[in-house]
Amino acid sequence: MKELFSSILAGLGQGSMYALLALGFVIIYKATQVINLALPALMLAGAVLVSYLVGPFGFILAVVLGAVGIALLGLGLERTVIRPMVGKPVFVVAIITLGIDIALRVVVNGFIGTDVRQVGDPWGFARGSLFGVTVQERHIAMFVTTAIVITVLFAFFKYTRLGLAMRAAAFDQETALAQGISVSSVFALAWAIAGGLAAVAGTFVATGAGIDQQLWIIALKALPAIILGGLDSLGGAVVGGLSIGIVESLVATYQLDFAPWLGDNFSVVSPYVVMLLVLLVRPYGLFGTREVERV
Amino acid sequence: MTGSTTPTARPPQTPPGEAAVRRRRPRQLAGRPGLYTSYAQHLRLLNTRPKQIAVGVIVLVAFALPWLAEDQTLSLLGVAMAASIGAIGLNIVTGYAGQVSLGHAFFLAIGAYTASALSGDPADDTIGFGVTNVVVWLLAAGVVAALFGVLVAPLATRLRGLYLAIVTLGLVFLGEHIFKEWQDLTGGAGVGRPGPVPHLFGIELNSAGDVLTSDQKLYLLMLVSLVVLGLLARNLARSKVGRAFAAIRDRDIAASVIGVNLTRYKVIAFAVSSFYAGCAGALVYTITGFIEPTSFNLLLSVQYIAMVLIGGVATISGSIMGAFFITLLPALTRQLPGVVPLISEDASAPLNVFQVETVLYGLLIIGFLIFEPRGLYGIWTRIRNYWKAWPFSY
Repeated sequence: MKELFSSILAGLGQGSMYALLALGFVIIYKATQVINLALPALMLAGAVLVSYLVGPFGFILAVVLGAVGIALLGLGLERTVIRPMVGKPVFVVAIITLGIDIALRVVVNGFIGTDVRQVGDPWGFARGSLFGVTVQERHIAMFVTTAIVITVLFAFFKYTRLGLAMRAAAFDQETALAQGISVSSVFALAWAIAGGLAAVAGTFVATGAGIDQQLWIIALKALPAIILGGLDSLGGAVVGGLSIGIVESLVATYQLDFAPWLGDNFSVVSPYVVMLLVLLVRPYGLFGTREVERV
Repeated sequence: MTGSTTPTARPPQTPPGEAAVRRRRPRQLAGRPGLYTSYAQHLRLLNTRPKQIAVGVIVLVAFALPWLAEDQTLSLLGVAMAASIGAIGLNIVTGYAGQVSLGHAFFLAIGAYTASALSGDPADDTIGFGVTNVVVWLLAAGVVAALFGVLVAPLATRLRGLYLAIVTLGLVFLGEHIFKEWQDLTGGAGVGRPGPVPHLFGIELNSAGDVLTSDQKLYLLMLVSLVVLGLLARNLARSKVGRAFAAIRDRDIAASVIGVNLTRYKVIAFAVSSFYAGCAGALVYTITGFIEPTSFNLLLSVQYIAMVLIGGVATISGSIMGAFFITLLPALTRQLPGVVPLISEDASAPLNVFQVETVLYGLLIIGFLIFEPRGLYGIWTRIRNYWKAWPFSY
């Protein structure tokens, strides 16, 4: 039983990272109807930036500065590459973000080099005990950080003028424009927020084992999370991210005992299996809005 | 969509004398290549004289090349041709039918492994059945991949747009995992297995014979496959099925309202596309001679997307141009260290050709989508239209 609980706790920790990344995807999707496939590169860039800043500034300040830096990078990318494509088919823009991802990742890999970089987190693989269940300290840190970030984010959307503007623009762009909202700055802000979230997620994912060139693949696991929750639901992204994390962790713990024929490391691809199953039953995810079709 | 969409299919009632004139095959007026007198003429495979001549010359040169070019060049061109088949396949589902697929690498892998398992040596460590006839394993590779395409298609009928893109992306990751773990078939990550063994009517295509070297023979195999499959795809695109694809791409609901069976045509699109991918996978790894399971990753899918986008969406000739461009790009970038002193050939150096290559894929995709959405094919039409009216501007 203890094994089960500690597996679920580890899943919640890892899942909260997927939740942050999924929020980035969903915020950009709600603002621009595009899935930003450059998020993996932004996440990797965030982790690398933090690993360079952690020396002079200390871990917490480095994470904040890293998030701001990547938010600016996201803003810059939106201004230069995505802006000329406003009004083009979403598929084209999505593929462009894929192009950004590939190009940006090569640049970031240049900063990683062939060895593993450490983000200088205070936890490493240290284990603690929570209600008698063994759990890695870094997983608790992930969960707490995510809880704080998400609370701030949801408060921002609910109580600030800018947040209201973003919700309005997501609801109906033209009406928002007519009310004097600058939709173009909403787009830019969406990219900035997603970049910041990705940087935080990247840093925490890299706690423990450190950053290598394969870290970006983790960001793609947020895709099953947003599909699970529905592309346009912020709450769905959080729920989806956490459940994907728990599923992955449970599969990692029990799959070799119960289904060894699925092969080693099946847990790594289990989110995609969950995604396929969910989509067959509910094509718009658990919380997504069903599109109304007009010819 | 019914069969009566072609205006010429049912000519109006005409007096007997006039009907005899009508029944004659419409001919082009001398000196007026741009003037079509019937719909059938417009839809013909090679509808203008310059096109007939140009295509004829290209095919002739392609068939003469084995005796003109060096073996190394031939093997590179062979890979480009095999890749062209894969690019045509992706263009059918993504370009013509508008269903975004990031899972092309998965279908390429299915084809490559089907072919190599069928033709493999039974005495080897990996699965092999010893059926070395090219025709058999090539068709089998296509058909097995097509079956998987049909399995995926139900997802495509339920999902649209970006949801589908993400699901097909998941397919690549699942496939990569399966191929890594199924070591009896694939040899496992880092080990790999030999590629398909091509024998045709008792001729061993993969070893030098009395008349032709192996590269020359494989080149000819690729060329014949490309011509046949390219022609089939071109015909599919101008048939009823092709029009249904275009209707689905442009507005799927409108298409279903006018009577296009969405499920049926999406299944067809995925099946045909996967068939092409399967053949391409089998052929590419015949030339390289070695299959490594981790090579069927997201980057491979992106390369094929790049071929389609750079070549030209919904064009067969564009797919071929794009595939040649992407396949020959590494050969070009390998020359860079001699020209630009900062770029190194050493993979561990801070700025090396491999990095430049990957960045170029990304930048080319972005650049083409922003500045030339119709790809190389669009550039070609612009050049053609310029010279058509030269020296006038229109």
